[in-house]
Amino acid sequence: MRHCLTPLDFSTQELDQLFDLAADIEKYPEKYAHACDGKKIATLFYEPSTRTRLSFEAAMMNLGGKALGFAGASQSSAAKGESVADTIQVISCFADIAAIRHFKEGAAYVAAEHSGIPVINAGDGGHEHPTQTLLDMMTIRQLKGRLNHFTIGICGDLKFGRTVHSLVKTLARYEDIHFVFISPPELRVPDYITDLLEERGYTYEECIKLEDVITKLDLLYMTRVQRERFFNEEDYIRLKDFYVLNKRLMKRAKDDMYVLHPLPRVNEISVEIDKDPRAAYFKQVQYGVYVRMALILTLLDIHVD
Amino acid sequence: MLNVGKIEEGIVLDHIEAGKAMLIYHYLHLDREDFQVAIIKNARSNDMGRKDILKVECNPDLINLDAVAFIDPEITVNVIKGGEIIEKKKMEMPREIRGVLKCHNPRCISSIEQEIPHIFFLSDARRKIYRCRYCEEKYSEGEREKWFR
Repeated sequence: MRHCLTPLDFSTQELDQLFDLAADIEKYPEKYAHACDGKKIATLFYEPSTRTRLSFEAAMMNLGGKALGFAGASQSSAAKGESVADTIQVISCFADIAAIRHFKEGAAYVAAEHSGIPVINAGDGGHEHPTQTLLDMMTIRQLKGRLNHFTIGICGDLKFGRTVHSLVKTLARYEDIHFVFISPPELRVPDYITDLLEERGYTYEECIKLEDVITKLDLLYMTRVQRERFFNEEDYIRLKDFYVLNKRLMKRAKDDMYVLHPLPRVNEISVEIDKDPRAAYFKQVQYGVYVRMALILTLLDIHVD
Repeated sequence: MLNVGKIEEGIVLDHIEAGKAMLIYHYLHLDREDFQVAIIKNARSNDMGRKDILKVECNPDLINLDAVAFIDPEITVNVIKGGEIIEKKKMEMPREIRGVLKCHNPRCISSIEQEIPHIFFLSDARRKIYRCRYCEEKYSEGEREKWFR
């Protein structure tokens, strides 16, 4: 039985197959409309989410399956003190596959260890968010036509931003990628990420000002400073508007420097650039459904001719 | 010259860097067991100048040798049965250690799931870096006391 806990659970070859499948689903959705008839996905969301949970549920419904689950720890037996290990063993009796989001890091790993069904990590605290990474990668592949030979800027909360950690670890298996980490000193990328880049021979730089580096970027991945990751409200208020990507900055960027963002956005991307053809963050959401459909089919080992 | 009697069954940890014997005593949780233990500190050694030795009278299978290798893979482990050395074990840095360190990250699932084992894996053998299996928090040698289970 296979799980998806980190994007590294898949080789680059398997990722290519997954993206090919997602692209085929985009092209011929009717072909897959009954691929999961009679199957159920359990969405176990201990933390609030709009996009990710609905995207998983939409993905399963698009495949002909059904969805059940809860949204918020208070609605689950976690409120009574039930462990993740126990919850997943119970859910394994109800569903064929589970997507779990939890505020604690490593929760999906614990779930997978005790599960009778495939587990997808839908975000575990500040640690990993693999399906976001898969849709980020697919967006890059569709827009740039490749997953190698580029300079990517990653800006914002690089310390607690799980989407960032997953994306960097996954990209650091493709050829000739230069990473530019842009963050306030308090939200620098963790050392385990830079250690990994050094081990694998990738080049990276760290800086504070986006305007200093925007001209050389082929891609810009913006992130939100997340209130829920701070123990101290004062720190959050001081850092929340550290970056604002606006028209003035976009004028200095390359004509094909696409802007990605895992959403939700707050103030870090001005709405005035939503109409800019380089703004790719809403396209990501659409690709997210296709990628999750492809992932569900892959983990359930369902093949459609 | 200090003489400590032979043990019938158990392990002898030899060539421990001088001063580390008590650390190993705690890592192996020997303070929680009722085994007979002899701790010899600053014994003379031709190779090391000074060394520590730890003798534990017990079933050898009860000792978590991964914990020993984690602290210092250069330590020699002699397995004793019937009063004789039946095996000299060569230690290697373990790929994974269980139940030795406790993750210190308050955001880690191990901070709330009481029954799960505390597992650390070797993420970088060259730099001897261990990380929590769940959250990938790096074990910090400088704050060793905090990480004890």
